[in-house]
Amino acid sequence: MTREVWITGQGLLSPLGQDLETTWAGLHDPAAIAAAADTGFLPPFTIFPASLPPLDKFVPKRGDQRAMGPLMLSGCVAAAMAMEQAGLAGAAPEVLKQINLMVGVGGGERDEKVDETILAALNGRDDGNLLAEQLQTELRPTLFLAQLPNLFAGNISIVLGVSGSSRTFMGEEAAGVDAVRVAFERIQGGQADLFLVGSAFNASRQDIPLLYQAGGYLLEDPKRPFWQRPKAGMCLGSAGAFLVIESRESAEARGAKPLARLKAVVNDRCRRDPGQATANAAREWAQVAPKPGCAVLSAATGVGPVTAEEHDFLLAKVNGPDQVQVRATAAALGHSMECAFVTNLVLAIKAARTGKLFPALTDDPVEAAPARDFDQVVVSTWGHRRGEGLALVERI
Amino acid sequence: MASRAVAVTGIGIVTSLGQGAEENWQKLVAGESGIHRITRFPTDNLRTTIGGSVDFLLEQPFSATQLSFALARTAAEEAIAQAKIGAPGDFPGDLFLASPPVEHEWPQRVRLDRQAPGQPHTYAGMMGAAAQAGEDLYVDFLNGTIADKLADEFGTKGSPITLTTACASGATAIQLGVEAIRRGQTKAALAIGTDGSIHMEALIRFTLLSALSTNNEDPTKAARPFGKGRDGFVMAEGAGALVLEDAEAARARGATILGYIRGVGEAADTFHRTRSNPSGEAIIRAINNALGDAGITPDDVDYINAHGTSTPENDKMEAFGIQAVFGDKAGDVPVSSNKSMIGHALTAAGAVEAVISILTLQHQVLPPTINHDGPQDIPLDFVPNEARPAHVDLILSNSFGFGGQNVCLVIGRNPD
Repeated sequence: MTREVWITGQGLLSPLGQDLETTWAGLHDPAAIAAAADTGFLPPFTIFPASLPPLDKFVPKRGDQRAMGPLMLSGCVAAAMAMEQAGLAGAAPEVLKQINLMVGVGGGERDEKVDETILAALNGRDDGNLLAEQLQTELRPTLFLAQLPNLFAGNISIVLGVSGSSRTFMGEEAAGVDAVRVAFERIQGGQADLFLVGSAFNASRQDIPLLYQAGGYLLEDPKRPFWQRPKAGMCLGSAGAFLVIESRESAEARGAKPLARLKAVVNDRCRRDPGQATANAAREWAQVAPKPGCAVLSAATGVGPVTAEEHDFLLAKVNGPDQVQVRATAAALGHSMECAFVTNLVLAIKAARTGKLFPALTDDPVEAAPARDFDQVVVSTWGHRRGEGLALVERI
Repeated sequence: MASRAVAVTGIGIVTSLGQGAEENWQKLVAGESGIHRITRFPTDNLRTTIGGSVDFLLEQPFSATQLSFALARTAAEEAIAQAKIGAPGDFPGDLFLASPPVEHEWPQRVRLDRQAPGQPHTYAGMMGAAAQAGEDLYVDFLNGTIADKLADEFGTKGSPITLTTACASGATAIQLGVEAIRRGQTKAALAIGTDGSIHMEALIRFTLLSALSTNNEDPTKAARPFGKGRDGFVMAEGAGALVLEDAEAARARGATILGYIRGVGEAADTFHRTRSNPSGEAIIRAINNALGDAGITPDDVDYINAHGTSTPENDKMEAFGIQAVFGDKAGDVPVSSNKSMIGHALTAAGAVEAVISILTLQHQVLPPTINHDGPQDIPLDFVPNEARPAHVDLILSNSFGFGGQNVCLVIGRNPD
């Protein structure tokens, strides 16, 4: 069975705005993009923070607001937007029981002040008894995201009443791709009808950037050309992004209007020996078979040399018979890790509906193809370390 | 919907009782407990000092990632060897891995703090040391690393999935594999649940939530699922691995089929972050969804492998849910909890218990709920204290998670 998959709702929070329209406008505005970059929070690194809208509209209960940190709130707000646009906000319990929740997220709500207090007390010693005493004094009796990452989804279920199912994928960029992919496959294969799927990432932290800096991935000089950076080429950016996707039959039965068609979602991995990622991407491109002249929203991370490899792959598509137009959104939004793919899917809806892109975000020839109208948008996601994913969004 | 039967052709298991199906089964039917005093870190001033840690696989020190990987690899090796599928390093199907979230632990933070070039005891200082500190501080603490290493080692195909649905995770991994096979996407899947995350902060965080048993005196008596005096779960480690196959493809290659995943069902609870709805709605719905998916009725179920964590709340609600679904006949269906012996292996539990369910079908013996003495307050047959021979064709295996994720599996001896 192969069924058509429609996108009927979207929600987006980005460093450029608190919804898709504002973000889209910001992508046209070099001053807004420059203003979105923050060099003061985590010097010498640049991050792209995002702010939350007033919460009461999206998370009405104060208790729910208090139960979540910025990461979970970003997800909850974006999910609420997507549900509202799809006409599912406040739906009857019978409907909510049919909605499957799929998310791809990481951790990141440690109390950093507590960690620093305990480190000061330990003062470099491996003293288990002292650590035990400190942890028992300093930690609060609350549920903790790094212990239960499914709380991200659990809170969305509680706030929005979505109760069909709830699954959380982990594992950096690929987790975001696979969350959408598995939902897509289940709809296409007739196993389920209706999904709320998405992710969030909070760059305004220290624990998560510390992890990526331990890998040597954070960019110090933001003036380095995006597509040709060294390994230390990544600026993290905050985001929250959700979609409602469903079978065409489901959307028509409940009178929901499609925003776009989700034609394909594929993902694979390799050990990243030279050329392997390109081989994966080429195979996926052939499988997805986008029309010549389509747009490509790349979630390239800036991390070299893989970003340069993706650049070469895409430049061949720009100059060859595919004649694609490319934009690297992380150059304006920062890299939102698990959320990068879904963020670009939301942007792809707008691009597919209007047939137009925002101006080039880098000076590289890969973004210099002449503007022409299109009705298909490829979303390409090569993870900073693993995962090569591709999706195709199409105007209806 | 037309769908393909899904066979289990290989199983692997590691728990606090030991390594491998044979050793685990012998100890389970003997009613042995794997719970012991924790020696991995000092517990002198902790409220809980016991656990089902797996201390025989790796030399200390190790991180949760390293142990979770070692557990998963050990279980997967056993399962793949039994299934005799593919070639070494070339498993012909997808990987679905339930594994605990990881992040830097205290040894890593202290190590970074010691190396900080300035601003001691701060994240800013650690950030200054991070790039030179060693790549293990990055690779070992990515959530995708365990699946990535398993994909390399076993040669699974496609993008490996790492998932969590808290204490239901292991069952969700199986469910994802079953769904992929049913829609014809793959002929085989490797479903693994693993958890090696007993470290000090994890234990203390669960303690602060009042979730853990403090019956420290005799560790083997601490886990008391469904019993009076149960006062919390016992944290444990382990892994369960299953080779799942399109039954037709398995038969065609002459594989020995150990059992079938007949049904999968799930439901999310929107009531509260740790408590289930007092109506039991989501638990009941998850059980009914699994039975419905298998095309069976409660009357067909021969035995229930319970979630049975030994917390006052879970066991009350689970028994309530069973009574609601099975009605007057609830008392006739034997229900037992493996966690009475192996503790609660959290992310791994659903997969470990699915493996034990397969063993139950093979041996036609029900493992007991141990530590079940004194008067009962729940009128169900918990297979108290001693294993029991029985005719078992269909097993319902329950997994209910903190955060409201509920997953049930129907595991059968026959394809239909």
